[in-house]
Amino acid sequence: MNILKKETASKELIKRGRIKKEKRTHQAAAGRDKRGKAASWGFLSPSLLGVLLFFVLPFFVVIFYSVVDNPINNEFVFFDNFIRVFNNAAFRQAAYNTFRFSIVAVPLAVVLSLLLAMMLDSRIPFGSQFRTCFLSPMMVPIASVILIWQVLFHYNGLANEILQSFGGGKIDWLKSEHAQVVVVLLFLWKNLGYNMILFMAALSSIPKDILDVAVLESAKPYQIFWHIKIRYLSSTILFVTIMSLINSFKVFREIYLLTGNYPYDTIYMLQHFMNNTFAQLDYQRLSAAAIMMSIVMVIIIGILFLTESYFGKDVEE
Amino acid sequence: MKKETQRTGNRNAGRRRRRHAIRMVAATLVAAGFAVLFLMPIVLTITNSFMSASEISANYGQVFSTTDSGGKTFIAERVNLKFIPDMVSFSQYWTVLLKSPDYLFKFWNSVILVVPIVVFQLLVAAGAAYGFTRYRGRLKEMIFFLYIILMLMPYQVTLVPNYLVSDWLNILDTRWAIWLPGVFSPFAVFLLTKYMRRIPTGVIEAAQIDGAGEWQIFRCICMPLCKGAICSVAILIFIDYWNMVEQPLILMGDADMHPLSVFLSKINEGEVGLAFAVATIYMVPPLLVFLYGEDYLVEGITYQGGIKG
Repeated sequence: MNILKKETASKELIKRGRIKKEKRTHQAAAGRDKRGKAASWGFLSPSLLGVLLFFVLPFFVVIFYSVVDNPINNEFVFFDNFIRVFNNAAFRQAAYNTFRFSIVAVPLAVVLSLLLAMMLDSRIPFGSQFRTCFLSPMMVPIASVILIWQVLFHYNGLANEILQSFGGGKIDWLKSEHAQVVVVLLFLWKNLGYNMILFMAALSSIPKDILDVAVLESAKPYQIFWHIKIRYLSSTILFVTIMSLINSFKVFREIYLLTGNYPYDTIYMLQHFMNNTFAQLDYQRLSAAAIMMSIVMVIIIGILFLTESYFGKDVEE
Repeated sequence: MKKETQRTGNRNAGRRRRRHAIRMVAATLVAAGFAVLFLMPIVLTITNSFMSASEISANYGQVFSTTDSGGKTFIAERVNLKFIPDMVSFSQYWTVLLKSPDYLFKFWNSVILVVPIVVFQLLVAAGAAYGFTRYRGRLKEMIFFLYIILMLMPYQVTLVPNYLVSDWLNILDTRWAIWLPGVFSPFAVFLLTKYMRRIPTGVIEAAQIDGAGEWQIFRCICMPLCKGAICSVAILIFIDYWNMVEQPLILMGDADMHPLSVFLSKINEGEVGLAFAVATIYMVPPLLVFLYGEDYLVEGITYQGGIKG
């Protein structure tokens, strides 16, 4: 009955003229849009709720914890916790070590992976096999190869034997200043493949005609590299640099598996500090440290976005 | 005169070709050197897993001995790193697979922690990616930006909120403490959204005009078009969680529930012989995934390039 009524009504509406009909379809489209919009939020909601519950809301609690004296008293102490963390010798050591590690590892990770990508890009024989080789460390769980790593860098291991055959002295790799070298090598081994893929994608997106013209104009390879390729790669170089920087903060995993909870001083990283603070359940210190780190991260990510939007425009022109 | 220039031109071309060939050979050699370095740890682990227990303790005993910290004592000679075992033996595998269920149990721990995360993170993320793709507005862009920031945060930062929530929900020291933050991790959302946003709007509009509802568009158009991307993301999630160390250390105190990735580092002197076999077994699933899905992996990484999409 109702449907019939509606139909006759709509027929009448249509009779009244074209304009009205158009308006009606517009209304229908608007209604559909509204429903669609609601549905799209529906699709989003499980993830959104989870992220809010597990990451965003507790982060506000973390902020709260970082400015009160303890979870029972809840007395506001302003920056005391931050100062306490900052004056903590272990935290300083960890921050310094992490910084020093990143300063060494990140440029190496960028330059070496660019080198690998350029080699594969120059169509050497067995290119795809080489790609597979360079990528495989990414797949292998660190825990699986850590034994071999320990064997290689043991006091009486292969690394020292090679050193000795070149007339060098033995080094106690994992229990001395040189521990960072081992960690840098492990980091590079694990991460170069990933960076290389990013560079390869960027290299293959350089317009071929520009390179062809450069060759016709008898540009030298280094000229092509510096004046064309680097220009097109600039945004990728920045992206890879920042991703490597972020990954270098995650190097704790490797160190933990190599040396356990309390490694040699120079490879005591921020995550070690956090783990040991977790063990003591000092929420205040934990929260303050987490917030300080997240501020640093937000700054780094901000730089990533700014440079990307800046360089992105530059290349598109 | 003309002949002269032609000849020098030829000579130049020849020289250039020769130089090109030299450069090619050099690049290949360097690449081969890198390839050897990259593969060495993996290959060594696999070959060493075929050594008998006595051979391993003879070769590497001192590396894993807990008492002796350096080479100062008289027992310590040198660590014999061997590529090929003296005698190929499957005894390690035999022991791991049949005699000491402890390792298999830990392996099973890894599986049971990782597989649900991969499956459900993909499900949640597919929906979220669709939500971010359709009807984009200011608010959604801001939320997406928040997801990117969260994705890039290291564990030092994200584990603190995770720990607090797990504590409130009373799921600390259970598998849920790892599953839930894993399932809602923003990583897959980010990659899938980037991919879905490249689907031409015309395709979706056409479906809409034909009367498809949102669910139908999602189910019959976006999902099939994103199959490749879903494979890529699945691989990336899998290798990330298969390799996890930080989360179980902090969120699960009970060492019995730890995955093999944590447990492997705690293998002690007496079981070194087994360690290589266990390590090899642990490598097998990701390597199989790699063999079948290398192209998907590469595609997935490529999509990460250029965060803003």
